[in-house]
Amino acid sequence: MTDQAQQAAVLEAPRNARLSPLNRRRWSNFKANRRGWWSLWIFLALFLATLGSEFISNDRPIMVSYKGELLFPAFVDYPESKFGGFLAVTNYRDEFVASDIAANGWAVWPPVHFSYQTVDGFLPYSGSVAPSWLIGWEEICARYPLQTADPNCNWGNYHWLGTDERGRDVLARLLYGFRISVLFGLTLTLFSSVIGVVAGAVQGYFGGWTDLLFQRFIEIWTSVPALYLLLIISSVIAPSFWVLLGILLLFSWVSLVGIVRAEFLRGRNFEYIAAARALGVSNLTIMFRHLLPNAMVATLTFMPFILSGSVVTLTSLDLLGFGLPPGSPSLGELLAQGKNDLQAPWLGLTGFFTIAIMMTLLVFIGEAVRDAFDPRKSMG
Amino acid sequence: MTTPLLSVRDLTISFGANRATRAISFDIAKGETVALVGESGSGKSVTALSVLKLLPPAAQFSGQILFKGQDLITAPEPELRAVRGNDISMIFQEPMSSLNPVHTIERQIGEVLAIHRGVRATAARKRTLELLDAVGIPDPASRLASYPHQLSGGQRQRMMIAMALANEPDLLIADEPTTALDVTVQAQILTLLKTLQQRLGMAMLFITHDLGIVKKIADRVCVMTNGQIVETGPVGPLFADPQHAYTKHLLAAEPRGTPPLSDPAAPAIVDVADLKVWFPIKRGLLRKTMGHIKAVDGIDLSIRRGETLGVVGESGSGKSTLGYALLRLIPSQGRIVVLGSAVQGRSWKAMRPLRADMQIVFQDPFGSLSPRLSVDRIIGEGLAVHMPRLSASERDERVVKALQEVGLPPEARFRYPHEFSGGQRQRIAIARAMVLEPKFVVLDEPTSALDVSIQAQVVDLLRDIQQRHGLTYMFISHDLKVVRALANQLIVMRNGKIVEQGAAKDIFEAPQTDYTKALMEAAFDVAVVTPSLDPPVTPASLPLV
Repeated sequence: MTDQAQQAAVLEAPRNARLSPLNRRRWSNFKANRRGWWSLWIFLALFLATLGSEFISNDRPIMVSYKGELLFPAFVDYPESKFGGFLAVTNYRDEFVASDIAANGWAVWPPVHFSYQTVDGFLPYSGSVAPSWLIGWEEICARYPLQTADPNCNWGNYHWLGTDERGRDVLARLLYGFRISVLFGLTLTLFSSVIGVVAGAVQGYFGGWTDLLFQRFIEIWTSVPALYLLLIISSVIAPSFWVLLGILLLFSWVSLVGIVRAEFLRGRNFEYIAAARALGVSNLTIMFRHLLPNAMVATLTFMPFILSGSVVTLTSLDLLGFGLPPGSPSLGELLAQGKNDLQAPWLGLTGFFTIAIMMTLLVFIGEAVRDAFDPRKSMG
Repeated sequence: MTTPLLSVRDLTISFGANRATRAISFDIAKGETVALVGESGSGKSVTALSVLKLLPPAAQFSGQILFKGQDLITAPEPELRAVRGNDISMIFQEPMSSLNPVHTIERQIGEVLAIHRGVRATAARKRTLELLDAVGIPDPASRLASYPHQLSGGQRQRMMIAMALANEPDLLIADEPTTALDVTVQAQILTLLKTLQQRLGMAMLFITHDLGIVKKIADRVCVMTNGQIVETGPVGPLFADPQHAYTKHLLAAEPRGTPPLSDPAAPAIVDVADLKVWFPIKRGLLRKTMGHIKAVDGIDLSIRRGETLGVVGESGSGKSTLGYALLRLIPSQGRIVVLGSAVQGRSWKAMRPLRADMQIVFQDPFGSLSPRLSVDRIIGEGLAVHMPRLSASERDERVVKALQEVGLPPEARFRYPHEFSGGQRQRIAIARAMVLEPKFVVLDEPTSALDVSIQAQVVDLLRDIQQRHGLTYMFISHDLKVVRALANQLIVMRNGKIVEQGAAKDIFEAPQTDYTKALMEAAFDVAVVTPSLDPPVTPASLPLV
């Protein structure tokens, strides 16, 4: 057995990490598309960075040494009693706690000292505050007890992109908002692809009445005005991340059904499917092992576009105020604020540029994926 | 000797680094038929297309193609256009895809006339009628407004010939013009080409892989392999005394041998009574069944153990459908008993235990292997279904054994189908069926997608396996030569019904029905075709000028 395994390993070895030649060619096609290739890396870098938003922008330190004990406030909620206070959750930005920690140890803060719902209590004026680099340190720190000499008058409390009208840091909200948008988009894409592929596979493989009834159902289903239904449902049920995901999923799964169905309809007449049937292989296995790989190309090609579509849907619901629960960081809500407060252009501009860049990157990636899977290119 | 009509000198055609032909030279004299013979990939079609410069722009040429002293390689495009379809014309392999499906016959033939002769309207119609009559299309006037899909395969090829002959070319290039056709139709088309050629005195460059056709139609033959012409000469002497090793190999490659003797007392393994596969024709709003297409219509047969039943017939005769129905791959009515168990009426699950004993090998080795699975997964798939208790190493052992049985090395199991040639793929497909140690195997044209020399190897392999394991075969084919080498019993099918049935030897020696006779004559002796199946070519209808 080990002998055979060794032999197998030797024969497997030259095959470049088990990637089939076709997939290798697709990968090099993808890499050859410089725009898509760079977009992928930029997008991944942004996504990974925002995944660690807690370490970039947070209202509590990442690590604290307090009386010889190492604490990790970014991960653990310590009661304020730990630091001689009385609240259930410690407010590390509070002057009292900060000085207590400084007296008994040290604290490592992220570069931005605001989380997405931290309200800055020392803003120079009420309403949306412009980015700090537009106003001098004197004005930024005007409300601090010691003005510019105050220890809190530092880069950590700098509002790089200003604040919204409730005094929350725009950069912090942007980071968290980007993360939730992408995560929401990815989850929605994943679920709707799985459901769409399964539905398309069943229709295409079995054909006949199954196909006919299913198709009529989908036709009726897609003619339901989805947006109105969403508005009605979200006014009845308090929308949370998962509720919203479920509601959007009701309508987004149909997008892939058509392509997968067509691939299965085409594929089920191949001779190797007949050969598998003659071997007595079960329908489920045939669908997964023999037919699904054919449909995967179409599915993967569509995925980046479904992802960008999902992000846009979430943003537009947020913009209308029917999206994520109030207070959550969201790009749509940022845009809505920018629309309502034209005196604070940094709100609208930030939201606009973020969404525009994100969509552009996703579309470029999608184009590169589509070209990489193009049989005319991968064959030649 | 006078100067040849076409003279190809040191022609090398390359696509990038790939050389399709290497310095080939041949001549065609006026009125002569030269056959270019070779297996797939030998460069014969590329050569044919290069004469009219119909190759994609990526092709690079060196050498000369002299037609009436003019070099076609260096000729500018307008001059080439004047030659194409006028002095030299071409017939392709697949008449369905080489005719435009959205234009009528009249329009397509009229186009050739209009371009080169400026003949239009009534004059063109008159000429088209003459041509259709010449190629033996009955009642041509009623056919003028037909579209290609309304014609049969043979009629389409006749139409292609009519188009090619419209301007009385000096040279006709025929690129496998009969490969896509049934044997009886094949014979008719060859006879037609030969007659027309003699009447018009044109030369013909005939591309084919079928040596039988070459013998009948060509004056001289060029044997091609790997882009080179290895032997050239008049047909008679070359066939009688081949010089080059490859030519000998080709000539020896025809499937030979006789089927292993079967035991007439052996019990019947397959028993079929009144088998019907009818596809309903539904019309109208309520999809009412208006009638049936009777693909298989009341077939009775039985196959004894260790015997091979040959099923022959032309395309559309229902022979493949019969095989599929036997294995319950398509629904059918009638009694099917395989190995003592009734097959009909079982659920898909209840069929499964039987499937290990009845297997199938398909026609197209490129389509019947999943391109995304490695060979060991393809062969091992059936084992996983029927012997789920086997350990991974036991399964591997059986896969290796099956590969060795079909003459492939064990290392082949780690590779993917696209890394193998057609013949090797068919061996893999056979190994997939054999690994389950079946008792009854349906072979659905397992050799017709392969080159002749490989066909013979596969036939030998199948016979060998049969003898070793005492297998029972149902061998479906349109190729009578292959069937003769394998079958003990024979069924001749036409339009879903059995025309003739009996011991293969008897039928081959003395066919009883007219249809079988016509089939045999077409397959074994192309020239002697009974004109009764073919509307006669009236010589009077060819005052071509």
